Amino acid sequence: MNVLDAEVRKNIESCLGRYPTKQAATLPALHLVNDRLGYVPPKAVVEIAELLELAPAQVQDTLGFYEFFKQDKPQGKYRLWVCRSIGCAARGGEELLEYLCDKLNVRPGETTADGRVTLEYAECLGACELAPAILVNDTLYGNMTVEKIDELIHTWR
Amino acid sequence: MTYEPVLLANVEEKDSHTLAVYEAGGGYRGLRRALKEMSPGDVVELVEQSGLRGRGGAGFPTGMKWSFLPKKHPGPIYFCVNADESEPGTFVNRVQMELDPHQILEGTILSCYATRAQTAYVYLRYEYPLCRKRMQAAIDECCAAGYLGSNVLGSDFSLDVYIHVGAGAYVCGEETGLIESIEGRRAWPRIKPPFPAVEGLFRKPTVVNNVETLACVKHIVDRGAGWFRSMGTPPEPNNPRDPGSFGPKLFGLSGHVNRPGCYEAPLGISVGQLIEQFGGGVWKGRKAKAAVLGGLSTGVVAVSEFDTPLDFAAPMRVGCLGLGTGGVVVLDETYSMVDFLHNSCRFFAHESCGQCTPCREGTYWALQMMERIKAGRGRLRDLDLLLEIGESIGIMPGTTICGLADGAAWPIKTALSKFRDEFEDFIMQTNPDGYMETEPVEALVGV
Repeated sequence: MNVLDAEVRKNIESCLGRYPTKQAATLPALHLVNDRLGYVPPKAVVEIAELLELAPAQVQDTLGFYEFFKQDKPQGKYRLWVCRSIGCAARGGEELLEYLCDKLNVRPGETTADGRVTLEYAECLGACELAPAILVNDTLYGNMTVEKIDELIHTWR
Repeated sequence: MTYEPVLLANVEEKDSHTLAVYEAGGGYRGLRRALKEMSPGDVVELVEQSGLRGRGGAGFPTGMKWSFLPKKHPGPIYFCVNADESEPGTFVNRVQMELDPHQILEGTILSCYATRAQTAYVYLRYEYPLCRKRMQAAIDECCAAGYLGSNVLGSDFSLDVYIHVGAGAYVCGEETGLIESIEGRRAWPRIKPPFPAVEGLFRKPTVVNNVETLACVKHIVDRGAGWFRSMGTPPEPNNPRDPGSFGPKLFGLSGHVNRPGCYEAPLGISVGQLIEQFGGGVWKGRKAKAAVLGGLSTGVVAVSEFDTPLDFAAPMRVGCLGLGTGGVVVLDETYSMVDFLHNSCRFFAHESCGQCTPCREGTYWALQMMERIKAGRGRLRDLDLLLEIGESIGIMPGTTICGLADGAAWPIKTALSKFRDEFEDFIMQTNPDGYMETEPVEALVGV
């Protein structure tokens, strides 16, 4: 039984035309798989390698380098990145991250027991003028406070 | 005299990210004209004359970078847009791509025409999802309108632009790390030479330019090299290696100011002017203590150095690495420089790619020491050890392949040389019994 379904395979193959080598489609492929499965399990690595005519070790080498991809278990429905770099740290980003660790009862990188939220620290989200900033999946939120975060999380289902 | 923004001229418009609004403001007229009236060589020459230097941090002259491409190469030549803006304190490329993606694309198309590249990759960090959406929409609009694809605007020139999304690694902003990452590998920077212009992406001649640099190219083609050179700081007369700092620059102002934001000014505005004129002064009625000068890597200036002009040469006179990205992070009088340096060391230890031992270990040792100091177990001699690390890691002392370790070293060197008293006081107060200790102590671990 394959872990990559037909649609993901099709999408990976559609990336190939952009590059002169198949290996160059590794990052796009990893993104597509991580988006679909919430992580990139070892079996997916093997299947990506087959599609791209690489050794699984080559894909694994790339996968392991980039922090974005999850390997062990799927990320939560909401992946919440809290910026801890200097612009945000100067305006309360680190305290926000601590607050969320306590509230969600996880360490950065971990997912809540109900599988809903994965908490992460981020190194500079590039939103320093909105400090402290957080990124939730594809949405950036700026000027965050404990109250605003509580409100936001409350709306998540 | 008030300065009229050029790079940010469109961002206040409603739907500024769309082709219709961009064209209504005169967008792509320069491209149309250049394709008719200028040869690729003419564009290179124009950019060389303008004195444009790369806006991504290193400040290398853009026209010269292009001129390193082999002449009469059969191709393909590749072009990479460096949109992996990850330097702490830096966000201006994000603002540009979100609010005016066509400006970046027009600059990209012109630059590809100049360098005869037929494929361009926009290396975009995943942390910028809105940029991704807007840049992709802009690319699609351009393809439909004939600005991209085969025979751009009926000319012989063809160009495809693809977005390549990163996955969370600061080192991908280093141009050969970026190239490795597009090729599908871990982003370990390459040993140079060969430089990318000779052997880069897929082992072919390659140019890597920053987003803001490309926006400048668009305006240089529109307005001429003379316009560009009418702003900025001329070369230092006593420094034959300074080609001057010309043109407008975007500054990302953040930290403890009343109005953080992305602001445009001619190169040469001082740190203090930026904070007062644009940022509305320091927040909460406090005084400033220091500022990150141009992205974390460049180091810090003390408040007494706030008259430093933000151009390519002046920051070096106050012990900083350079202008960097123009990301100014202001720290007020209540903020601890110990916290600052801990934050900085943690960033670089986390982002070191691990390829070169001095960087991998050096950034980690520096972090261990800062963890220990913060935990109240610091010793005065740690400060000298930190400086020793700062002096010995990086491409400048010649111990690493890329500049990441230099970037780690500058915050250490500038913070410790300018705020040494604060560090010593902190250590003596938090570790009254052990600050003179010289015996080895165990490490506190944590990245």
